[in-house]
Amino acid sequence: MVMSVLRRLGQTLFVLFGISVLVFLVFFATPGADPTARIAGRNASPETMARVRVEYGFDRPLPVQYARMMEKLFVTRDLTSYVNRGQKVVPEILEAAPVTVSLVSGAALIWVVLSVAMGVTAAALRGGWVDRGLMMLGLVGISIPVFWLGQVVNLVTQSRYHDSWLFSWVPGLGYVPLTEDPLGWFRALALPWLTLAVLFVGIYSRVLRADLVAVQSEDFMRTARAKGLSPMRVLLVHGLRTSMITFVSLFGLDFAQLVGGGALLTEVVFGLQGVGRLTYQALSNLDLPLIMATVMYSAVFVVIANAVVDMLYLFLDPRVRDGR
Amino acid sequence: MLLAVRDLTVALPIGGRLVPIVESVSFTLGAREILGIVGESGSGKSVTSLAIMGLIDVPGARISGSVRFRGRELVGLAPRAYRALRGREIAMIFQDPMTAFTPVYTVGRQIDEQIRAHQKISRSDARARTVRLLGDMGVPDPERVAGRYPHQLSGGLRQRAMIAMALSCNPALLIADEPTTALDVTVQAQILDLLRGLRRDYGSSVLLITHDMGVVAETCDRTLVLYSGLVAERGPTGALFAQPGHPYTAALLDSIPPLHGPRPARLPSIPGSPPAPAGRPAGCPFAPRCAYVHDSCAVRPPLVACGEQDVACVLPAEGRPLPPRFVAEMSA
Repeated sequence: MVMSVLRRLGQTLFVLFGISVLVFLVFFATPGADPTARIAGRNASPETMARVRVEYGFDRPLPVQYARMMEKLFVTRDLTSYVNRGQKVVPEILEAAPVTVSLVSGAALIWVVLSVAMGVTAAALRGGWVDRGLMMLGLVGISIPVFWLGQVVNLVTQSRYHDSWLFSWVPGLGYVPLTEDPLGWFRALALPWLTLAVLFVGIYSRVLRADLVAVQSEDFMRTARAKGLSPMRVLLVHGLRTSMITFVSLFGLDFAQLVGGGALLTEVVFGLQGVGRLTYQALSNLDLPLIMATVMYSAVFVVIANAVVDMLYLFLDPRVRDGR
Repeated sequence: MLLAVRDLTVALPIGGRLVPIVESVSFTLGAREILGIVGESGSGKSVTSLAIMGLIDVPGARISGSVRFRGRELVGLAPRAYRALRGREIAMIFQDPMTAFTPVYTVGRQIDEQIRAHQKISRSDARARTVRLLGDMGVPDPERVAGRYPHQLSGGLRQRAMIAMALSCNPALLIADEPTTALDVTVQAQILDLLRGLRRDYGSSVLLITHDMGVVAETCDRTLVLYSGLVAERGPTGALFAQPGHPYTAALLDSIPPLHGPRPARLPSIPGSPPAPAGRPAGCPFAPRCAYVHDSCAVRPPLVACGEQDVACVLPAEGRPLPPRFVAEMSA
């Protein structure tokens, strides 16, 4: 058990190293583009160019350049943006991260609770109108584009009905840090959470229902019923627990990609300065250091989330525990 | 009489219409008796057992006839009442011990669960009983085995654990659906020994479902032969093996490799294959494959007494029953 955890950690570090090398090569070692000129800016004097070249090691071999870049990214953290002169990239991301993490965590909590409730209810009442209704609802949730839903929510709660008793509590767009004002944080994020969660509630409840229905035909479910357990207990204790394995792996990936910047549309619509929005800005300005930093940041999250999911597997599925 | 099944018919919806999978099956099972139900795949053995357990949950399925257990009618019993019966008074063990346990819980926990579903008993008491049961089933080091996951145990150990779970509430009736099919031969013999010992140690009656005539000969007091969802023959195992009344039973017995005498170059087999439930002939269902088929087989033969057995065949009534078989090795 300890051994397999350690091995998984080793793999994680190796994957992160590989990603960092790839990202570095793509952005800074592409033939024909001189990173020095980009960093030094337009019309830079030869002295500035020379200084930048030495500072980033662009006159040295590639491995040294790579080491310099990683040093600037992780150790000294003074990698600066191409576009906003003097703007340090790493603190910018560290500032945006809590916004995204707040948004995604809240939404994740909502979508997990709702989709488990919907999936289990639908599977328990399989074939009935409740089942059909819930699954139809899920399909609608999957089909609604999040930017459109966000705009409609804003239209209703910010302007059209903002003064009615129902939505007068909704604050203006933007983020309120949790440490400053917990209630304000909650109010500012409640609607973005729901909006972001809609798509995932749809996907997860449908996936879970399908899994639960598939598991019904397993031999062990028949054994559980032959033991004289109640249908609810059979479904939850034996069925849901076994179906959770797919659910968790799906969740790990979605959560990671959202924290890594995938919640871009929600962030833009609700005026949240999160990582997704930062990535978007970096991409539209071709701000290479910022792109590099955000890509590394999101890679770290995806890889870590994968590792966490694998650990959860060890906990959820005893067969995996022995398989290593 | 512990269990009396009369005219049990199970019809499942197939292709939009109700097709009788099992038709008018009747038999009785006394206390401490072992009854074997034999038949090939698709003969309705498992459906019969699932119907007794009330585990047929195909939407639109229709079960008619009567299943009386300790004088209580089970057909049409309310789900809640059935649940109290299942696992407590009627327990079942399944063919494949590999897949019959939930993979994510320890074996001990699953046995505890059944005990605690039917009795108010503390967790530790339940576990103590689980360990004792596993020990009784010949599981070495039962305490350790109770803490293991199903995939960590061998097939034989798993089937012993399965039987321990089935017996955990001291059921009056144990239904064993091909309990030895998935096991290798030495383990098979041990498990059959265990089943035979149950009536002595636990006073249980056993309904043993199998396609293996050898298993029946070794284990069962009485035998019920099913063919295509209908009873072909039923009676005491010894008599049925000595002088089968139905050509199908005789053909099944002929296909067992003999232990003594010259080795046959080819084992006799039954030509053709059994009819699908939807395409069952109006007359005797075995007629298309029967060596003795003649005109009177076009009408479905009723069960008639023939020696000690009841046989669904016209031959005994026509005064030309099948000849007795040489069964010296069977009595050994």
